Amino acid sequence: MSAFWTLLKRDLGLAVREGGAIGTALGFFLVVVTLMPLGLGPDLNLLSRIAPGVLWIALLLAALLSLPRIFESDYEDGALEIMATGELPLELVSAAKALAHWVSTGIPLALLAPMLGILLNLDIAAYPVLVATMLAGTPAISFLGSIGAALTLKARRGGLLVALLVLPLYVPTLIFGISAVSAATLGAGSVSASLAILCAISLASLVLGPLAAAAAIRAQME
Amino acid sequence: MQLIAENLVQRRGVRTVIDNLSFAVQGGEALVLTGPNGAGKTTLLRSLAGFLRPAAGSVRLEGGDDEREIGEQSHFVGHLNGIKASLTVAENLGFWAEYLEPDPIGDVLARAGAALERFGLGSLAAIPAGYLSAGQKRRLALSRLLVAKRPIWLLDEPTASLDAASAALLTRAIDEHFTGGGIAVIATHLSLGLARSRELRLGACVEAV
Repeated sequence: MSAFWTLLKRDLGLAVREGGAIGTALGFFLVVVTLMPLGLGPDLNLLSRIAPGVLWIALLLAALLSLPRIFESDYEDGALEIMATGELPLELVSAAKALAHWVSTGIPLALLAPMLGILLNLDIAAYPVLVATMLAGTPAISFLGSIGAALTLKARRGGLLVALLVLPLYVPTLIFGISAVSAATLGAGSVSASLAILCAISLASLVLGPLAAAAAIRAQME
Repeated sequence: MQLIAENLVQRRGVRTVIDNLSFAVQGGEALVLTGPNGAGKTTLLRSLAGFLRPAAGSVRLEGGDDEREIGEQSHFVGHLNGIKASLTVAENLGFWAEYLEPDPIGDVLARAGAALERFGLGSLAAIPAGYLSAGQKRRLALSRLLVAKRPIWLLDEPTASLDAASAALLTRAIDEHFTGGGIAVIATHLSLGLARSRELRLGACVEAV
């Protein structure tokens, strides 16, 4: 298990040192949400009604942008092959790398969301729920995304292909993420039920993502 | 210890790259793979490491750890060096030392430092690996061989971009690996001057099936 933490530590260190990727994701999130009120006009009621949806979709797209980073550089410089000769199974290698992606991208995006909520006139009372749903939902984004990232390793410029592969998988996360926040702002439905389903989706992807990603990596190395 | 391949067949698409190859390598001995470009040297090394599944035949290790696959008992040094440009030389090697050796023998930094000294990189330990020359990067990749103890070394053109003095360092490291009973399978065009080695010449036996 120590190899797992070693790999996680290295990936987080690399994410911090090559800060560009985190910065790009956060910047993209900021720009997309900022454009929204400019495009829709200053109707505060409209903005606060669509705020959960806008924030969630912008978060998905921002996270999507950084997905190729999970495996790409290790595949290109041969490190992934060396990792395959380690005692750590490729499933756990994938899990460590997806976890590093969540910590370095998912958590910063979730923490930035309330600040962007101000731009969309989101009800202040909904902020704790917003952050909670995003923290609960973003692991699914990283772990399901790692499948797409692994499948497109051999496809040069596979960024768009990743989007086509994984965006459909994000639909449940998106629906329950938005419904939890809407429940908090509009009082329609129950927050805890949506939050529980989000956690369930994330836990399932925690198991399925690494298995599928490892199988994809094995196929790509042949 | 003995690494045995029996009737190994390896296909890439419709081409048969390795056709019915059998060999046995004893502990303390190198199998040097030679042959023209495209003869299947890299394919053979990658199938020994377990990255490619053979179309037919088998590879097995006698006298090794039966609980672990051959790939997990091997060092694989391929064309690519597995080096991160933004980490320092010592951090790069330290990571592999920790990752590849789950039961640490002694301090990781000390192990990595000793390996770097052996390949003449001691004075560059604190420099980001991105600044290294091609030959220095190759030496950094090779110093991975010394930070984790593994009985089989699979080396693909290990001397690529190395100067003569560095190639001699590699030859010394491989000879020391042999005194511990290790096995090496090396694809190379240059003679390494190893103490004990056999040559396996792979022909361009490439035919459409």
